[in-house]
Amino acid sequence: MIHTADSTFRLDANAVDYLIVAAYFLVVIGIGLMARRQVSTSLDFFLSGRSLPAWVTGLAFISANLGAVEIMGMSANGAEFGMATVHYFWVGAVPAMLFLGIVMMPFYYGSGVRSVPEFMRRRFGTGAHLVNALSFAVAQLLIAGINLYLLATIVNRLLGWPTWVSLIVAALIVLTYTALGGLSAAIYNEVLQFFVIVAALLPLTIVALHKVGGWEGIKDKVQPGQEQLSSWPGTDLTGIDNPVLSVIGIVFGLGFVLSFGYWTTNFVEVQRAMASDSISAAKRAPIIGAFPKMFIPFIVIIPGIIAAIVVKELVDLKADKPAGDVKYNDAILLLMRDLLPNGMLGIAIAGLLASFMAGMAANISAFNTVFSYDLWQQYVQKDREDSYYTRIGRIATVAATVIAIGTAGIASNYSNMMNYLQTLFGFFNAPLFATFILGMFWKRMTATAGWTGLVSGTVAAVLVAFLSEDTFGSASWGVLGIKGQGASFVAAGAAFVVDILVSVIVTMFTRPRDEADLEGLVYSLTPKESLVDPDEVHLPWYQSPPKLAGLGLALVIVLNVIFW
Amino acid sequence: MTASGKKTVGLFDIRFIIGGLIGLYGVILTLLGIFNASDKELAKGDGLNINLWAGLGMLVVGIAFMVWARLRPVIVPDDVESPGGP
Repeated sequence: MIHTADSTFRLDANAVDYLIVAAYFLVVIGIGLMARRQVSTSLDFFLSGRSLPAWVTGLAFISANLGAVEIMGMSANGAEFGMATVHYFWVGAVPAMLFLGIVMMPFYYGSGVRSVPEFMRRRFGTGAHLVNALSFAVAQLLIAGINLYLLATIVNRLLGWPTWVSLIVAALIVLTYTALGGLSAAIYNEVLQFFVIVAALLPLTIVALHKVGGWEGIKDKVQPGQEQLSSWPGTDLTGIDNPVLSVIGIVFGLGFVLSFGYWTTNFVEVQRAMASDSISAAKRAPIIGAFPKMFIPFIVIIPGIIAAIVVKELVDLKADKPAGDVKYNDAILLLMRDLLPNGMLGIAIAGLLASFMAGMAANISAFNTVFSYDLWQQYVQKDREDSYYTRIGRIATVAATVIAIGTAGIASNYSNMMNYLQTLFGFFNAPLFATFILGMFWKRMTATAGWTGLVSGTVAAVLVAFLSEDTFGSASWGVLGIKGQGASFVAAGAAFVVDILVSVIVTMFTRPRDEADLEGLVYSLTPKESLVDPDEVHLPWYQSPPKLAGLGLALVIVLNVIFW
Repeated sequence: MTASGKKTVGLFDIRFIIGGLIGLYGVILTLLGIFNASDKELAKGDGLNINLWAGLGMLVVGIAFMVWARLRPVIVPDDVESPGGP
């Protein structure tokens, strides 16, 4: 942990900044205490009693994803690659979120399942369920640890606390509100976090734009000869030199396989929408979330681009001159140090801490649901009373937090290994989407096809990663001439294609499940009335999921054209 | 409590909490922007008094949330009322 202690820079926080950060933490804990009074059944604890309005679940949906990796990582990408980073939002998120809302949410919500793995079990039986539930639970513990580690690193950089103290303090705060109030507390805090994050990043963007002389100023000052201000074809981002292949990589690899795999099957996200109060609200949650998602690049990527222009260390880094041990990941922090006066600095610190806690709390609350319902109730202790599973959920929350402190400790010593593990778990997501979408629309698909497709798809992705130049660092063999982001896109694409092929072939040789068992799980066997609310046709346009989704799609196309 | 006697969630409404915190931040920043805007502080942002402007913006957002929660209160249905609740 020594390498984080000798930090190269520190922010000059004063008493007012500390006051602002403290006020935020008091409110966070307060929400946990208040939400506790509303928890009386396990459904309250794990799914907020399915009672939240769509704007709340929609913002939580976005916030759960607006964690450490997102803010630090995407501003770093902005500093390094420029506007091409918007693909992670406009191609790699919004279409999948709209698709989740319109096509998949009705099955998840309408079938009454309590988690994504549970849908897997009802559709394909226990084979696919175990693969899905176990890989998801382990991945959540790992990612929670990474979020916690980043959080502690930032606290160390900002306030000078030793890493292990900030680790434990941060973990205790997240634990307090998730263990007390369950998903409601996590979701309410995520909504609050969303606003605090925007309150931190929007003024930072405004000062940065003022400093650099507006959009025109950016145009004048970015180094010429790099594709910093146009998003397509994004060859720097993908590391694929051929522009046509680069575009195909972005659209198919990132936009289709990776993003649909992540957004439509990741229970961390879907759980937020499942907490809605009706089918149409559950459909609206990801669609409402898609609108802020479209505009987040402006307050994350643009500060990154400007940081590469105005922050001395980053200018040096970009010109390949020695820049100390500053990394692109520090872009946002350096910009805060250089531009924000005390007061606004406190808000910005609160916003960053908020985003790291949002990420970790989301991982933990999704983990405890899958652990309690999908692993404990399914395979260990069936048929106990409801309060028993709420208690298991609370114990799982405490255990997950302790384990996350452990993984955070490992991450601080072996950060490369953690990156590769995270990449590895990303590969479990890619084939999931293929299996789900095939299973939802093809009633003949068999249970054996479910788990064999998943396993072989994952194996295919891992194989591509080993064949690439650098996906697993020095462990990769470099047989295929692909690297960086491009290699991940190809690996995900391979996982998808192999999953579909294996599923179709295995289905041909195995016996399909009884159609009676698949009602509500497969499109052709589900009465259409059960996929919509009876009053949905009477909703005004701003509450109608298809109309909202159409508007979102139109907007994201316009944004893509403007920033071509 | 509304006039009709139905129970509302009152101050536990998330909108009051968001409005309260963002509004508090708005007050702090606006005061800093007015009374603590030394040249040294302002020089960081090339003369833009970001504390003042961000503070005023947050005040507006905070008040807007309070007004929204006030005008459209969340009604607690009778069947989920817990004993000893608010």
